[in-house]
Amino acid sequence: MVDKAPVIEVRTSPHVRHTPTVDQIMRNVVYALLPVCAFAVYLFGISAFALILVSALACVGTEQLFCRLSNKPSTVGDFSAVISGILLALTLPPGFPLWMAALAGFVGIALAKVMFGGIGLNVFNPALVGRAFVQAAFPVAITTWTPARAPGRFWEFIPSTWTFPFAVPTPVGQWVKDIAVDGFTGATPLALSKLGNGVVPHFATDTGNLFMGITSGSAGETSAILILVCGAYLAVRRMMDWRIPAAVILGTYLTAEIFHLMDPSTYPTPMFMILAGGLMLGAVFMASDMVASPVTPVGVWVYGILIGFLTVIIRLFGSLSEGVMYAILFGNAASPLISAVTQPRVYGTSRKKKARA
Amino acid sequence: MVTGNSWNDMREQSVMGLMRLIGLGRATFTHGIHPPEYKETTGAKTIRRLPFAPEMVLPLSQHFGKPSIPIVHEGQEVVRGEPIAKADGFMSVPLHAPATGVIKRIGLMPTARGPKSEAITLRLHAGASQDVLYDMPQDVDEMTPEQIVKAVQDTGMVGLGGASFPTHVKMTVPAGQKVDTVMVNGCECEPYLTTDHRVMLEYSMDLFAGIRVAMKAVGAERAIIGIEDNKPDAIRELRKACPGDGSVTVGVMKTKYPQGAEKMMIKALLGREVPSGGYPSAVGVSVYNVATLAQLGSLLPDGRGLIERVVTIAGPGIEHPGNYLAALGTPLRFVLQQLGLEGDAKQLILGGPMMGVSVSSLDVPVTKGVSGILVLTEEEKAANVPKQVWPCIKCARCVQACPIHLNPSELGMLAAKRKYDVMEEQFHLNDCFECGCCTYVCPSAIPLVQYFRIAKAINRENKARAA
Repeated sequence: MVDKAPVIEVRTSPHVRHTPTVDQIMRNVVYALLPVCAFAVYLFGISAFALILVSALACVGTEQLFCRLSNKPSTVGDFSAVISGILLALTLPPGFPLWMAALAGFVGIALAKVMFGGIGLNVFNPALVGRAFVQAAFPVAITTWTPARAPGRFWEFIPSTWTFPFAVPTPVGQWVKDIAVDGFTGATPLALSKLGNGVVPHFATDTGNLFMGITSGSAGETSAILILVCGAYLAVRRMMDWRIPAAVILGTYLTAEIFHLMDPSTYPTPMFMILAGGLMLGAVFMASDMVASPVTPVGVWVYGILIGFLTVIIRLFGSLSEGVMYAILFGNAASPLISAVTQPRVYGTSRKKKARA
Repeated sequence: MVTGNSWNDMREQSVMGLMRLIGLGRATFTHGIHPPEYKETTGAKTIRRLPFAPEMVLPLSQHFGKPSIPIVHEGQEVVRGEPIAKADGFMSVPLHAPATGVIKRIGLMPTARGPKSEAITLRLHAGASQDVLYDMPQDVDEMTPEQIVKAVQDTGMVGLGGASFPTHVKMTVPAGQKVDTVMVNGCECEPYLTTDHRVMLEYSMDLFAGIRVAMKAVGAERAIIGIEDNKPDAIRELRKACPGDGSVTVGVMKTKYPQGAEKMMIKALLGREVPSGGYPSAVGVSVYNVATLAQLGSLLPDGRGLIERVVTIAGPGIEHPGNYLAALGTPLRFVLQQLGLEGDAKQLILGGPMMGVSVSSLDVPVTKGVSGILVLTEEEKAANVPKQVWPCIKCARCVQACPIHLNPSELGMLAAKRKYDVMEEQFHLNDCFECGCCTYVCPSAIPLVQYFRIAKAINRENKARAA
């Protein structure tokens, strides 16, 4: 009986919803990144751990600071700053000085996220902006590599890690020699392929090792298989658009294949292009950043293929050995335009624009 | 014989199960969503009659178009089935007394959508038998299409699926257009609702009579009954009942929301697209809900009016959920008294949970367009009402859900900037039929569809002011 008349509330339809919320999606991205972080620590030891921690804290701290300064409720709880921090660390060399990592995190969040209005409004991927900043500011530190699976890495910091702010980083050459890694040249496979034409043939690098990730490189970019598995977890849970990594890899493959066919002795194989360097990490976790990628179904393919194409072009013809970061930033810049020109055809309308009456 | 039948049934069921598994043989559209169905509780419940309330409220505007004009005065005695309001022109329908009683009042009463509107209040005679005493038998087979349209208008029939568009207007094919197919909508894609399902099972003869009327009125040679594959019993029964000449067929459709939207159905079953801003007749189709045609099939030969309808009353907050035949005008308060509330009822919805309206008063009556009454509880609210709204993160889920292929993300951002004119001119705002898919999937919990309703209303107002 309705003696106790219910207190009813009025809301707008739909009255049922079923979807992960923003913080749930972001939290799952963090979960997906954790195995990649663990593998980075396994390969490079405690320095990589410190790097990830400092970078994440710097990003979260920066966001918190700006929320406090502008008297807004804290937005740290949505986990997006944590993602930026982890991603940033994973793109840096494992022995990167911690203070530079913190600075990169601050610049990335402050310049690329907070200034644009926070989550959802950034044009560029904050992690990549942070990295681009330190790439320009500290060109030496960011190309100083250490070998994977060095003995004693779990307890011994790479000397450059604890560089005092604004001091010249301790050279790691001697440390590498001390721990006696034979034949370590201090260059990543990608750098070798670029610089070592004729001297060190690029195909000397075993693509199997690249696939598994037992190689030197940035902290988290080395294992293609691990990144793919973690990305698949997100894609299956529909928290990442699988088409973007697919399009980036496709674009890289096609472009690299064309060059490789033209001159196999100068240009590396497409498989090498896909597995080496930061391409996998960039394709799966950074190009797929929802905020900075197009929303239209055709647009995501255009965007991904563009990034793949630019990556190969920069790698082959640019002055840098790595091109993923700038390719994605270019892609981010282009995505509003891509969205605008690839609007889906609406039911019951024709593709051709009607003349305005 | 018996073994043969069950063998056939088994074979048919396994074939359909397999087809459902691999997605073959089921018509569908692109995009859309798969909300939980919640149809188990009421899907198998036969239609039962709800008792008459001591007082009925009959709003004069229960349909799309001009309100009806009362033809009774306060204190007048009326019998069940007698017209009490007449149509105001072509884009309007008459209203009939749902019960024998006396007119108590003609004045403003609460409506589901908010503002009060003119309504006739009817006080029932206690002890009246409530037989329909008012009818005018006619031979439908002898009537011309024009006569059928007039007779349909006299029944006061509107689309019972929820849109309440006058049925006789749909049956009037605009000059220069030709309708070749009558499409019968038995999708019932809204969660919870099972009225169409039960009507197809229990009133199939009336349904086929109604289909013949509609085919004759619009001059179509064939009819397709579209049913989602979550109602295999209805598909089976109606296939058996289809006439041998192949003029009426059953089209199996994928269970997906909003499969029952007429534009989606036409695309799925015929591959045709209704042009933007146009009606289905522009592509040779005329669409009716199964409940509408079943009612029409039973009312028209007797010349009676629409006085009751089948309503699914369900939701976690109701003690005796089921499908009920309710007299139009029965107040919600009475319905809840009869069926009992359970738990912590928090919200009352007329229609389905995707497109239904949340009511603000228990004095709101069951009207012609009410296909369901849902009572949702505190737990439902906790599960479905977002705790926080985030900015759009451009995840594109809404773009992948919109059945019309709009860009709700872009539209939402424009709405936030109040660029309502840009939304209409460049992003096809008016093609949105407010199915709510975008809001359902939004991880930022942005009330997109509500933004679009507001934008449309403001655009309409601005245009009216400019004119």
